[in-house]
Amino acid sequence: MASALINVPAKAKRGDIIEIKTLMSHIMETGYRHTAAGEVVPRDIITSFTCRFNGAEIFRADLFPAISANPFITFFTTATESGKFDFEWTGDQGFSETASASITVE
Amino acid sequence: MHRPPDTSRRQFLGLAGGAAVLGTLPVVIVRSAEATPAMLASAIQNVTGGAAVQTGKVKLDIPPLVENGNTVPMTVSVNHPMAPEDHVRSIHVFNEKNPQPNFANFHLGPHNGRAQVSTRVRLADSQKIVAIARLSDGSFWSASVDVVVTLAACTEDVI
Amino acid sequence: MRFAGAIAAVLLIANTGFAAAIPQADRRSGYDFMKPDTKAMQDEDTANPGMLWVLDGEALWKRKAGTANKACADCHSDARTSMKGVAARYPAFDKATGRPLDLEQRINSCRTNQQQATPLPFESRELLALTAFVARQSQGVPIETGADPQLVPFIAKGHELYMQRQGQLNLSCANCHDDNWDKRLAGSAITQGHPTGYPLYRLEWQSLGSLQRRLRACITGIRAQAYDYGAPELVELELYLMSRARGMPLEAPAVRP
Repeated sequence: MASALINVPAKAKRGDIIEIKTLMSHIMETGYRHTAAGEVVPRDIITSFTCRFNGAEIFRADLFPAISANPFITFFTTATESGKFDFEWTGDQGFSETASASITVE
Repeated sequence: MHRPPDTSRRQFLGLAGGAAVLGTLPVVIVRSAEATPAMLASAIQNVTGGAAVQTGKVKLDIPPLVENGNTVPMTVSVNHPMAPEDHVRSIHVFNEKNPQPNFANFHLGPHNGRAQVSTRVRLADSQKIVAIARLSDGSFWSASVDVVVTLAACTEDVI
Repeated sequence: MRFAGAIAAVLLIANTGFAAAIPQADRRSGYDFMKPDTKAMQDEDTANPGMLWVLDGEALWKRKAGTANKACADCHSDARTSMKGVAARYPAFDKATGRPLDLEQRINSCRTNQQQATPLPFESRELLALTAFVARQSQGVPIETGADPQLVPFIAKGHELYMQRQGQLNLSCANCHDDNWDKRLAGSAITQGHPTGYPLYRLEWQSLGSLQRRLRACITGIRAQAYDYGAPELVELELYLMSRARGMPLEAPAVRP
């Protein structure tokens, strides 16, 4: 089970600078922990987060083990036209999740 | 709360994410990995390529005294235009004493309108946090903040 | 040395010997003790990681399970109406067992008896998610737990456990949460111990967790042997604490340090 929470305004005026907030469920296992038997718990983190608007990349983040579990990332963008934001999280052990949100720009 | 402080601190970060392995994978910390000021300098060098970093333009908001080092809210903003010919290209955030000196790199462009990002980070210990912005003209700007991580009264082992 | 030890022991008893209940007007949620940054995480749904479990719970609510091939929604339809106020009454008296059940146990009883599915393990993602989804429907509803007269003896047992000193530190719950809630323990505020937001997201856990998990951690903290998940003692403690918080609004899924 992996859930994402996305907060994008449904509507904006052309030229508005809007804030986008994202929350993704993920353990963000650091790779610095050991089991009682002394084995390293393998690193399992999200390494990359990307946001595209109508296909073009508008924001990207490289993440490291020091990002808290269930990564929360917010950023801004300028509302230029109506369309769709596509969000993508990728990481260790084949992790890959996507989410999307639409906006109407008037 | 009755452990020597250093042991608690190690465990503090080490238990990150413990809930998800609850009951299946008992976890203990045997290594006390820690970045060093040299590692911080080297991580910054990787981004700047040795170019001079000026103080200013960047604002780093992080609580000076945090309630729990596992989840510390952080906002970085750069007071600079976001125009096609002159904008912030990226923001990089570093630490001094976690096992590893990087938090995150954020890649921006003029369409962002405002150079401001927020996230939540893990802090293994009280330490210095550094944020660096790269502008489109190739210059680097920075801010740094000292953060005090108080020890939780009841740090919890996976039980 | 023995003499000094005896004096210290007498002082300890003198300092913590008069446990008095917190007056109604002075009751405060753990939320009130938090720093603004942590409050902000709880205040907004898209900043609150606990909402990730609520989302998972909503999906599970609609998913068929067990040999009965029934989903929660098949009997209870829309949780927004059918579950509103329910979490604010738990733990509640269960006729079949003659004992109080907490919300997690109630969900598992439904799974076993109605869905004919295997019960979900305590603290599993699925059980926390379903509990969070159900509890979320009562957000803002005043806690009513303990109104059923059949619960009286169990509340009394919970109260007894709350007052009982235990563990190597020889502390009762009341020693901290009734007598010293306006003070601090190392960097942390000592709260009044009102379980207004469970299941909740603890920054320490970096996960959602149940009230039973919190109680077990507290008991381990005073160096006593924690009761097993689902033990009658834990449910009685939950019941006493929830009845002690009657009238306070439910915050689930809350955020705590």
